[in-house]
Amino acid sequence: MSDSNNNEGYYGSGLPSNAKYAIEARDLNVYYGDFLAVKNVDLRIERQRITAIIGPSGCGKSTMLRAFNRMNELVPTAHTMGEVLFLGQNIYAEDVDPVEVRRRVGMVFQKPNPFPKSIYENVAWGVRINGFRGHVDALVEQSLRRAALWDEVEDKLQQSGLSLSGGQQQRLCIARAIAVKPEIILMDEPASALDPIATLKIEDLMRQLAQDYTIIVVTHNMQQAARVSDYTAFFNMDEDRAGYLVEYGPTKGIFTNPKDKRTEDYITGRFG
Amino acid sequence: MSQSDLNGRPASARTAWLPALSAGGTPVVEGKSGVQSPANLAARQRIGHIWHWLFQASTIVGIIALTALLYTVVVQSFGLVAMQDAVDPASLAVNGVPVEQLSQEKLAAILAEHVSAGVIRRLESEKPFAERSREEMYALVVERVVKPGVVASWSLGDSLLRRPVILAEMAQAYPGARLEWRSWLNVDFLRHPQSSTPELAGVRTALLGSLWTIMITILIAFPVGVGAAIYLEEYARDNVANRIIQTNINNLAGVPSIIYGMLGLALFVRVLEPLTSGALLGAAADPTTANGRTILSAALTLALLVLPLLIINAQEAMRAVPRSLRDASYGLGATHWQTIWHHVLPNALPGILTGTILAISRAIGETAPLVVVGAATFIAVDPSGPFSKFTTLPIQIYQWTSRPQDQFRNIAAAAIIVLLILLLALNASAILLRNRYSRRM
Repeated sequence: MSDSNNNEGYYGSGLPSNAKYAIEARDLNVYYGDFLAVKNVDLRIERQRITAIIGPSGCGKSTMLRAFNRMNELVPTAHTMGEVLFLGQNIYAEDVDPVEVRRRVGMVFQKPNPFPKSIYENVAWGVRINGFRGHVDALVEQSLRRAALWDEVEDKLQQSGLSLSGGQQQRLCIARAIAVKPEIILMDEPASALDPIATLKIEDLMRQLAQDYTIIVVTHNMQQAARVSDYTAFFNMDEDRAGYLVEYGPTKGIFTNPKDKRTEDYITGRFG
Repeated sequence: MSQSDLNGRPASARTAWLPALSAGGTPVVEGKSGVQSPANLAARQRIGHIWHWLFQASTIVGIIALTALLYTVVVQSFGLVAMQDAVDPASLAVNGVPVEQLSQEKLAAILAEHVSAGVIRRLESEKPFAERSREEMYALVVERVVKPGVVASWSLGDSLLRRPVILAEMAQAYPGARLEWRSWLNVDFLRHPQSSTPELAGVRTALLGSLWTIMITILIAFPVGVGAAIYLEEYARDNVANRIIQTNINNLAGVPSIIYGMLGLALFVRVLEPLTSGALLGAAADPTTANGRTILSAALTLALLVLPLLIINAQEAMRAVPRSLRDASYGLGATHWQTIWHHVLPNALPGILTGTILAISRAIGETAPLVVVGAATFIAVDPSGPFSKFTTLPIQIYQWTSRPQDQFRNIAAAAIIVLLILLLALNASAILLRNRYSRRM
């Protein structure tokens, strides 16, 4: 499967229009040493939609998310069995370089973690190390605009990224992630460390970004999942603390008419 | 009549806000103002105060030690001296021209007149008179003919407090001498090379030797140490072999420095003599007398000595870089090396520089290994490069303290001050560098 539709030199961008799913997990199992963290997951993520992953604490939501861009491998004892198909290619295949996977499947973390560099450098660095040779200034501005941060920082691009408020830092992290032109953006509880107003801004931003990117967001806030996402996956954990997928479907269906009793129990607050 | 506390609340209101402790079974005492508190609270606070006092006492012990060190050194470096010339310089004037302005040939003639032939031959072989400048000849005349001698010296305390007693003493014991205030640490002290007369001796050769040695040591040890630390911290897998390597590096930091001296002697001075003497690179000054006892050998030995220190500090610094920073870098599609170079190392740099400061401090003060490696006992020629014979400040100080004359103790004290200042200057620049990198973060 080729992705040559609107290539910009080094950057392949955009999923081919005939791809139904942005990314798929097939019989995915993730181990940390001997401990099974995620068990037998089959999940197909719709393209250019927001998919939320919800579930109680410790049920493997973050592990599942990080399996999509091979970030679990940074933990020495982690190993993965099963497949994750991105553009029809198993990203865990022998000859696939995780570095390129991580460029095309970007990530935003729970606690905003801008680099201790200037705002401009934060956005430009990822672009430069990936070999981009065009106009970095224009790309930085475009990314900051897309992340709804440009107006607030355009006159202080040389100031440190750490001098921004929490919500601004998180938007800077989003700008930095979209600057390298990923196809999918993974967000691990992006607003949990922020105040309610900043949270709403992030949620608005997510809806705007979903026009161009596929977004998968892990959240422990069910109201946020209900507000923001198009599809929801509910994870639970069994007696051995291994996470597994209970139910997956359009958000409306999950919240108003869940098919599985465990889902209903979780949503109505009976546990978790 | 009701007592009130600082906020003006009456006593009854105060007790009201404390929970009823006695109800829960905790033994309770009542204070002067009627406030209830747990019975052991006062004892617990007292224990805390005792520890506080002990720690403060430890600090004071350290301060006393430092003060004693500085006092001993400063007291010997400044004071009154009784000076006496062997030959009056006025008597050396030729045709009314004072000796300071005589030409080179006339000075040579004066030397020939007053100094034995054997000494003249030796001086000629060291450096022929024709090649010496006028200033050098004058210095020789002063050293060999005029021979200003310090016949007695007194410490700073005595000089300041007991001056009349000293004057009387001097008039009695040394009638021909004059009393002068002398700062043993002066500009000439820094400019003069080694000499067997304490009044004319200086630390120039030793200072330059120390500077050359420490410079080459850091040039070798820094890249090797940081490189090894990067490998051990970032690339080495956690298996038995690597754990053995790590343990050994940690242990090497505690090995006595004399052993490094012996290693240096066997390896750098003897086995690698073609390299360290400069013969291999054709840089040896005099091929017939060149041997491995050069600055390069000393620097290599010291580099090995401080390497474990540097590696351990660099590793700690890199371990302290937060994982969130690495995650952010990887999340953007950076390779392992890009993450290390652009994020881990810059963040670890302040810690690495701290390790360098410790390494410099350790290396500058090392005496025993350098004596083994072959620092010269008496050398009056400046080191000109890595392949020169050398001596260092600590060795010079050690030498001077083992001489019988009193005055050598004075100049040893002055040399100690020079060493301390050198150490402070090097550390200060490393600290400035570290602060500059910390602020950038």
